[in-house]
Amino acid sequence: MLKTVLNGVTMKNPVIAASGTFGFGREYDQFFDISRLGGISSKGLTLEERFGNEGERVYETPSGLINSIGLQNPGVDAFIREDLPFLRQKDTAVIANLGGSTIESYLEGVEKLNETDVDMIELNISCPNVKHGGMALGIKCDIAYEAVKQVRAVCKKPLMVKLSPNAENIVEMALRCEEAGADSLSLVNTFQAMAIDIYKRKPVFNNVFAGLSGPAVFPIALRMVYQVCGAVKIPVVGLGGIASWQDAAAFLMAGATAVQVGTANFVKPDICLDIIQGLEQFLKEQGCRSVSEIIGAARV
Amino acid sequence: MPVKHCESAVVVENKPLGNGIFKMIVWWPYPAEAGQFFMVRGWDKFPLLSRPISVHDADGERVTFLYEVRGEGTRILSEKKPGESVELSGPVGNGFPVEKIKGKVAVVSGGIGIAPLLLAVKSLSGCEVTLCCGFRNQSYALDSFKPYVQEIRVATDSGKEGHKGFVTDLFDPADFDVVITCGPEVMMEKLAKSCIAKKVPCYVSMERHMACGVGACLGCTHHTAHGAKCICKDGPVFEGEEIYA
Repeated sequence: MLKTVLNGVTMKNPVIAASGTFGFGREYDQFFDISRLGGISSKGLTLEERFGNEGERVYETPSGLINSIGLQNPGVDAFIREDLPFLRQKDTAVIANLGGSTIESYLEGVEKLNETDVDMIELNISCPNVKHGGMALGIKCDIAYEAVKQVRAVCKKPLMVKLSPNAENIVEMALRCEEAGADSLSLVNTFQAMAIDIYKRKPVFNNVFAGLSGPAVFPIALRMVYQVCGAVKIPVVGLGGIASWQDAAAFLMAGATAVQVGTANFVKPDICLDIIQGLEQFLKEQGCRSVSEIIGAARV
Repeated sequence: MPVKHCESAVVVENKPLGNGIFKMIVWWPYPAEAGQFFMVRGWDKFPLLSRPISVHDADGERVTFLYEVRGEGTRILSEKKPGESVELSGPVGNGFPVEKIKGKVAVVSGGIGIAPLLLAVKSLSGCEVTLCCGFRNQSYALDSFKPYVQEIRVATDSGKEGHKGFVTDLFDPADFDVVITCGPEVMMEKLAKSCIAKKVPCYVSMERHMACGVGACLGCTHHTAHGAKCICKDGPVFEGEEIYA
């Protein structure tokens, strides 16, 4: 009933654990069998290993979480060597999330991932926490178009491009990425935000600005997904603040083919299972035979 | 050790010990080791994140948390009544290597850092333990330690009880075979560096803001002698040399 096909990849359900909130699956596999997920998007990878940002990295807000991790990751090679074999033992779609600081590093990363059995590449052009990379790509449509076009030329895997809500125009950005050859889009990444420590009289984060996620961003993310689904022909994966099956259903009804669950994993380690079960029950109650029947159902 | 997520762990007892300190006992018929912690919540949506709280005591049937009310999360926890429930994920983290600790042991706390040290001293065997603890004004929770330690030395910031000054004034690490500590980072850094200089093994229990508690969010990453480590998953207990050398 929940079976979903995204860019030719068949998933048992439309629920994907979002990049940066699920490690490489091991941490949550101790709570539940992660094979029950539709897919897992890996922690954002870069060509080289990165420590990430110094100083405070997480800050809680009302219904939200601001993070400044800065793409801490072991690098593409270590992922392929040490983490991908674990993920491949699981019966779930494996999506390699790839970030970078230069176009060359993106291309080199893609070429390495081409040679693996990952199901899909999610191109992160939207990380707000890395200086000189990610963010400018995610804001300027022309820069994004060029990057996606070049990646597309070398990428042999289905290519999903992850958009930033900080884009100068989210619909224009989506259209340009589609034009550049993206097979699908995922949106949204975190919203640029900040926090100030009033006793120290300075910003909480060393980078000053950081990325806001969690239930606080859900309505804005939903609006953006709705707008983009109305503009592009390629599939859209909706994310941003999903904390319940009802939130997931809303994204699907806005037109998303699948959803990603991020910050909520931190709150309840098996929240994805609740969402999968809740969606299934809802579809039954609604008399639906397939999840496809509710995709775009709320579009006016 | 199996990690569990339990949506309704029943509160057996939740008592104020004064100065915003509370002791909560929760029904938990599973193991938990000294130095590990749980992600705890006692509410639905607000605050967003669960709170990492160390295991104060555990006996295979119940787990005890000693915590200080600092913000909204711990305030809600402090209002839980016996029979009500809290949500627990855990136990998580690597605790004190109690089997490796032998001889004369200094157990050193600052403030609420005393919390994880009770199960630590109860788990030691064949050791002569001196508890050195620092508080702002007044000690708490010391009665539970008495059966397991040879001596208790107290320091307070105000001088209202015990020595007026730093807990680190109370002893010389050179007089001990091992030091274990939990407290403010400035205290642990000073102590660990002194232990390193005097070649006394030292174990520190670290704290950081964290979102997930299991090593997924990477919010609590720390530089160590062995590279980037998560305080939550790789710690919270580390050898002093890993962090401060």
